[in-house]
Amino acid sequence: MQLVCPAGSLPALKAAVRQGADAVYVGFRDDTNARHFAGLNLDDKQLESGVAFAHQHNKHVYIAVNTYAQPEGWSRWQRAVDQAADLGVNALIAADLGVLAYATKHHPQLNLHLSVQGSATNAAALAFYQERYNIKRAVLPRVLSLAQVKHVASQSPVPIEVFAFGSLCIMAEGRCHLSSYLTGESPNLCGVCSPAKAVRWSNEDGELTSRLNEVLIDRYSEGESAGYPTLCKGRFMVNGQRFHALEEPTSLDTMDLIPELAKIGVSAVKIEGRQRSPAYVEQVTRVWRAALDSHRQAPEQYKVEPIWRQTLAGLSEGSQTTLGAYHRAWQ
Amino acid sequence: MKLSLGPVLFFWDRDILMQFYADMAEQPLDIIYMGETVCSKRRSLSLDDWLGLARDMQQQSQAQVVLSGLTLVEAASELSSLKRMCGNGEFLVEANDMSAVHYLSQQNVPFVGGPALNIYNGQTLAEFIKCGMTRWSPPVECSAQIISAALKQLDELGVARPEVEVFAYGHLPLAYSARCFTARSENRPKDDCDLCCIKYEEGIPLLSQEGQALFTINGIQTMSAEINNLLADFPSLQAAGTDIARLSPRAQGMSEIITAWDSVRQGHLPPLAVQGCNGYWHGRPGMVSVEEVGLC
Repeated sequence: MQLVCPAGSLPALKAAVRQGADAVYVGFRDDTNARHFAGLNLDDKQLESGVAFAHQHNKHVYIAVNTYAQPEGWSRWQRAVDQAADLGVNALIAADLGVLAYATKHHPQLNLHLSVQGSATNAAALAFYQERYNIKRAVLPRVLSLAQVKHVASQSPVPIEVFAFGSLCIMAEGRCHLSSYLTGESPNLCGVCSPAKAVRWSNEDGELTSRLNEVLIDRYSEGESAGYPTLCKGRFMVNGQRFHALEEPTSLDTMDLIPELAKIGVSAVKIEGRQRSPAYVEQVTRVWRAALDSHRQAPEQYKVEPIWRQTLAGLSEGSQTTLGAYHRAWQ
Repeated sequence: MKLSLGPVLFFWDRDILMQFYADMAEQPLDIIYMGETVCSKRRSLSLDDWLGLARDMQQQSQAQVVLSGLTLVEAASELSSLKRMCGNGEFLVEANDMSAVHYLSQQNVPFVGGPALNIYNGQTLAEFIKCGMTRWSPPVECSAQIISAALKQLDELGVARPEVEVFAYGHLPLAYSARCFTARSENRPKDDCDLCCIKYEEGIPLLSQEGQALFTINGIQTMSAEINNLLADFPSLQAAGTDIARLSPRAQGMSEIITAWDSVRQGHLPPLAVQGCNGYWHGRPGMVSVEEVGLC
């Protein structure tokens, strides 16, 4: 299984390559990708030198142009695809049919990976993208259980990549407008969820409160640890009860599942977190490289080393991890 | 402008559904969508029951009947049922997942692109039209401006426009998840949900800790708390090139809602303001209520 790691900056890209990522994925500095955050992503020069650095080390670079193009900005998406081809990246990660069609037509040599934002959760959807746009790989949404991943992978006309570690979207990617409902900006159209500019922290009556476009997402009493107000991770009132009505602030960690993912035939595991620091990318890549190597060398003896777990636990949101939907028995 | 009745997004039992559609058959509707789009565990009607109901409706009403497909398609059983729906041979199908687009395009049959398909621009519209899409119901977060601009782009590509159907009234379907939030609110695992969403005819309100209504929990679907209501925006709906206004079923008062819309499309003046939200239509956060000024 390939290890695909995130980079929101040139130092992060280099860190990932040095620590043994097989591929690094990046984005342009605009709303053509799903991590369109202030100060994040690589400019043209950094991209050139990043691709050169990775290729010198025989590693791949994927570039995400994975938001849905707005009609008036179409030329930006077009340019992003052209630039990706010019840069000589190893794959373009996209979701919008318009973008996929443009890439297929104008850059037939460019490998296309279906982004998780494409929301393909079954073999028929994957067949559609493969037949029409000749995608070479697809990233599955994090809503599928392991049994479902296995089923989809067994029927899929293309190799499958799954999320292995990082923040967890509880909603099917590409199918969530909660952020634009509150703030006007969504992952699909703007490449952001719960944008930082809409966040306001304040101290109200001795409690720390987080607001998104003035909507109260959570309040914390002294000593409680506070997280970024991603709106699905707030505490809300349902039937008179206050709780994390949608999602607990936890992270995905599937290190325990490496043997099963390998058996299923998953081709690549993806680390989430282009918005994270180079130091984060470095540590997560190192640990995951060690785990994958350990499994490859002796699949039967594979076990998660305590030191890996300790390293990752310190990096996780809410310091808690979960197997996400993978461990569910549901249909 | 035509009026359509969207698929019922909530879980109602069989008798309630039957009564609801009997009432709807009498209404001035041009199009009626039927089928389960949210959760395949909701089986008060099977696919065969829906087909039977669709045939009855076709007899009783002038409206075009369309079958709406499931949105989040994961299990093999869901996929095979969807495949069967797409091959029904009688009724137009609304695709809400790319799997449905795959089946429908393979069969070369025209279809409706539902609001759960991510179609935001003219280039993408052209791709779906190539696959057989003849009617486009844009994602609910699209503004009038995005819709108009996408259609203009399509014109520039020399591709004929599809019919345009805007989600004009009802709780907005905003998100889909692997998790069932209704089951979660009752401390039940999703695998053992006991179909508890049947108790909530219009979902469960989710409020902020300050009591602000934010969302509506409807099984694996999260909807807006507010009713998205574009009746006061009727002139701009027309101006944006909308052919069809979609009214999404509510548990109570649907006939009155349809009457109000019918009256405006017959030429009566729209109300100056309505309760609910319309932010998305105006390019603002969806929850916002924007009052049109200076239309007269």
